Amino acid sequence: MDDLYREVIIEHYKNPSYRGKLDPHDISFADNNPLCGDHIQIDLRVDDSGVVTDALFDGHGCAISQASADLLMESIIGKPLEEVKKLNKDSVLELLGIELGPVRLKCALLSLKVLKAGVYGLGEASDSLVE
Amino acid sequence: MTLNVKQIRKDFPILERETQPGVRVTYLDSTATSQKPTQVIEAMNDYYRRSNANIHRGVHTLAEEATSMYEGAREKIAKFINASSAREIIYTRNTTESINLVAYSWARANLKAGDLVILTEMEHHSNLVPWHMLQTERGIELDFIPVTENGLLDLETYKTLLDRRPKLVSFTHMSNVLGTVNPAAEIIRLAHEAGAIVLVDGAQSVPHLTVDVQALDADFYAFSAHKMCGPTGIGALYGKSPLLEAMPPFLGGGDMIKEVKLRSFRANTLPHKFEAGTPAIAEAVGFGAAVDYLSAIGMDKIAAHEHEITEYALDRLEEIPGVKLFGPPADKKGGVAAFTLEGVHPHDVAQILDRDGIAVRAGHHCAQPLHEKFGIPATSRASFYLYNTKEEVDLLVNGIYKVKEMFS
Repeated sequence: MDDLYREVIIEHYKNPSYRGKLDPHDISFADNNPLCGDHIQIDLRVDDSGVVTDALFDGHGCAISQASADLLMESIIGKPLEEVKKLNKDSVLELLGIELGPVRLKCALLSLKVLKAGVYGLGEASDSLVE
Repeated sequence: MTLNVKQIRKDFPILERETQPGVRVTYLDSTATSQKPTQVIEAMNDYYRRSNANIHRGVHTLAEEATSMYEGAREKIAKFINASSAREIIYTRNTTESINLVAYSWARANLKAGDLVILTEMEHHSNLVPWHMLQTERGIELDFIPVTENGLLDLETYKTLLDRRPKLVSFTHMSNVLGTVNPAAEIIRLAHEAGAIVLVDGAQSVPHLTVDVQALDADFYAFSAHKMCGPTGIGALYGKSPLLEAMPPFLGGGDMIKEVKLRSFRANTLPHKFEAGTPAIAEAVGFGAAVDYLSAIGMDKIAAHEHEITEYALDRLEEIPGVKLFGPPADKKGGVAAFTLEGVHPHDVAQILDRDGIAVRAGHHCAQPLHEKFGIPATSRASFYLYNTKEEVDLLVNGIYKVKEMFS
């Protein structure tokens, strides 16, 4: 519990390194967490070999949702999309380095859902994408 | 006479609960659901231990007992809101289902394309979405009484909306976010003068205020047991009997019928016409016990106590740098304090307060359009009931200072 607001999380929340929008971009997608209205948009640039060369997120939400988005962007730059598609719940929890209850898990996973829905070209960021 | 809160707290075993070792819960989330006194819990347990049977049409002792407990609770609820008869109290699952009952039965029988329904900008989703659905299905029109900057309904605009001769006005008696207690009698009188039927969402008002549906002249009035010391899974719709008589049934099935043939049925009389299938019997018994509990204490005393706590809480919260409160001053609202803390998301506020056992809610509280109006995605909300104390407000305030420190 005390880990929930680890310094690293508060730091990524207050001073994110990957916040903003990419113009032009190859992939862009946005969605909400219907429970709390948190909103995340993710823009990606991908090179010809399918490797993510740039990634930014934008939106608003709690420390958990924003910090996990920042950490997620950091982790996917330089990775092929095929690898991004394999990311799941555990990948995000590993990035955050904390355990989360069912409610806050939704906050943490919003950015991954949005990312994967964008990569797969889906219309909606659904739970099944991160299980 | 003021409330003996110390004594009252003894009735609520959960208030002794430690959410972490050595940390007792400070429950400031009664607007979402209230806690339940032993009297309610025991009434339901006794029903299951002694009297459980299906109601109506049973002639054996247990069925007779269960039926009279179920119907006896209805009588108590009718008296509690001063309905003229228990026939005017329909059991539902909750306020949401009560509103949906009106939307499915009354509205589908009475509204056609182009008919106007007036709502307000401070409605809970439960009094928005059923009408959105009807808008899609029927082509009815919706318009909204605006909310002013200080969280009150703009009644001047309301009067001009009434010139468009709405068929229905549906509004919340007390906002679950701002706490605003709306001038229900006046809103209803004006609606009636314009020829409209009125539905009141009483989810927050019945638990906290003395409500008299006849004095208000409400046509329909919806509320839930679980916010007034009763169990979840049961609520009520009050309706004037001529309106209820004229409405088609809602759900079809057992108990709502007088007679069934292979190809047809005749609906039962009120209130059974709207209660298909085996209902929540134990919950009805608990609902009745909750009404007994609140009545014995006195709704006026409860309201006065909540007012005192709320006034204190608003004063203390206002002192905290970075805290912004939403809604009108204490004299125009019930026991709700919705706020934001600069630089910290409401979810984080709630989560950090939880470490000290303080239970507040964070989010849009099922009133997303209202939050959009104020330009914020979410708020933290502390709410107060008969068992809350000023000491608990102090714990909340200290907790918020801790949150500030963490995020500073």
